[in-house]
Amino acid sequence: MKRVFVNEKWCLGCHLCEYNCAFANSGLDNMAKALKDKKIYPRIRIEGDENINYAVSCRHCTDPMCVKSCITGALSINDGVITINQEKCVGCLTCILVCPYGCISQNENSVAQKCELCLKNSSGEPACVKGCPNNAIVYEER
Amino acid sequence: MSKYVIIGNSTAAAGCIEGIRSVDNSGEITVVSGENHFVYSRPLISYYLEEKTDLQRMKYRPDDFYEKNKCNVLYGVKAEKIDKEKSEVYLDNGEKLSYEKLMIATGSSPFVPPFKGLDTVENKFSFMTIDDALAIEKTVDENSKVLIVGAGLIGLKCAEGLLEKVGKISVCDLADRVLSSIFDDECAKIMQNHLEEKGIEFLLGDSAEEFNGNTAKMMSGKDVEFDVLILAVGVRSNIAIAKEIGIDTNRAILVDNAMKTSLENIYSAGDCTEYVDFSSNSKKVMAILPNAYLQGNTAGKNMAGESAVFDNAIPMNSIGFFGLHAMSAGSYFDEKDGGKCYIEKGERHIKKLFVKDGVLSGFIIIGDVSKAGIYTNLIRNKTELSEIDFETIKKSPTLFAFSKENRGKMLGGVV
Ligand SMILES: Cc1cc2nc3c(=O)[nH]c(=O)nc-3n(C[C@H](O)[C@H](O)[C@H](O)COP(=O)(O)OP(=O)(O)OC[C@H]3O[C@@H](n4cnc5c(N)ncnc54)[C@H](O)[C@@H]3O)c2cc1C
Repeated sequence: MKRVFVNEKWCLGCHLCEYNCAFANSGLDNMAKALKDKKIYPRIRIEGDENINYAVSCRHCTDPMCVKSCITGALSINDGVITINQEKCVGCLTCILVCPYGCISQNENSVAQKCELCLKNSSGEPACVKGCPNNAIVYEER
Repeated sequence: MSKYVIIGNSTAAAGCIEGIRSVDNSGEITVVSGENHFVYSRPLISYYLEEKTDLQRMKYRPDDFYEKNKCNVLYGVKAEKIDKEKSEVYLDNGEKLSYEKLMIATGSSPFVPPFKGLDTVENKFSFMTIDDALAIEKTVDENSKVLIVGAGLIGLKCAEGLLEKVGKISVCDLADRVLSSIFDDECAKIMQNHLEEKGIEFLLGDSAEEFNGNTAKMMSGKDVEFDVLILAVGVRSNIAIAKEIGIDTNRAILVDNAMKTSLENIYSAGDCTEYVDFSSNSKKVMAILPNAYLQGNTAGKNMAGESAVFDNAIPMNSIGFFGLHAMSAGSYFDEKDGGKCYIEKGERHIKKLFVKDGVLSGFIIIGDVSKAGIYTNLIRNKTELSEIDFETIKKSPTLFAFSKENRGKMLGGVV
């Protein structure tokens, strides 16, 4: 299965991936309308300091603690992709308590959100990868 | 063809079914479901009262779950007795089931102390099942005065679920703080203040001694008037069926890290079990849903012939009230236990990290809980804190605290 991987050697820490992620998942077709003057809720986040940066998003673990721990059954594995049914999620955040990578966060409606590889939105493939100016994030089989 | 019988039909049972089916696609699975309901998420009963979910969305698995997993479910039927010699389970409908591998996933039941005069109270409930929630929903109205006995997780979740629906909520507890099983005094106080601001009244260090119709006589001498009484004093593991055939029990059924009981071919998982807390290396009942699933899943795989273990269980909780979130995990070893506590405090935010023997043993966070799983993972892996940048990670959970090499493994490979 293809996953998103980062290469911290190439990451500039420009945060474009965060914006592209938030836009791709906004359901809107105009980036300015989707993001301008708004707090964004990206599912990928840049970590690091002045010198080292890298992006972190769901690892789509083969044995995911989040799915096994979800108290509602909102998280499940579909063809290897860990997806969340936000209609079922009540925002208890148990998934945040157990994700070893810190990859799950709360969205603007206080329920959990996570990277679903843009397979459910109009981008169709990871928008973070598509828009990365330095190929520091790739979408491939490993 | 193997024959599996599962007693109970909640989280541990679902984990067991999925565990069996990950190994054995053909064995016969029969589930004895004491509750007359499709498997549902028990913690959601308070969200149901709060109207944040509904009966359909509360289902823990999709509608075709039993069909897909080829399970025969006996709804509203209870297992009464196990015959270990014949490998049979006797049911309360007069029938019996034979098994090759048996799972006891009977969970827990509310513990109701023998209060004097309890029989004079008309509207009294426990808060453990969908049926409890439905009955409470029918009984309360916007003028109801509700008294909840027990300021633990279940009592307070019930209070949150009901607040918008009723006139008044009072919560009493013999303990002098709320959520005493997961919080210390300082953290409990933050949550108590928050709940009081939302309108919940507390009577702590005090409890009902006697009931007389709609009045509770408190130990302090106070009288509390109520229309609806919720008893959330505590829960007890359902172990009778195991104990009477000689399975080793303490407060709950004792299992090893493969979820085997002391008797051959009998497994157990979930709230009815007692097993090792990895963070303190002592046996405990850790009545939480993630562990029920993980145990059930491990048991299922083993019942079907694999050898799986679940050997890093820890107590942990993620719980929010009216938008204020709290998380806790592991064991709180502070100075008096030979540990050290790192504290960070702010307005509506507190973080305590407990370090002992060079590893993170536990934490409590109220407020900003983002990425807390990174801490949980340090506990589960007994990560040597000397190998990471603890100064960085204690301020904020981040993978940046790990070595470049380890981070590369986490983010550059399949995990
Ligand atoms: C209000 C509330 C809120 C909670 N919130 C959280 C939370 O936020 N996070 C968390 O991790 N946990 C929470 N929990 C705890 C969580 O619900 C339990 O840990 C979990 O349900 C345990 O699952 P289980 O399968 O072991 O047993 P249970 O869910 O207790 O189910 C056992 C089932 O077995 C049935 N049974 C018992 N005996 C028999 C018999 N002889 N024959 C047939 N059937 C039988 C019972 O009827 C029951 O349906 C909460 C619990 C409650 C009540």
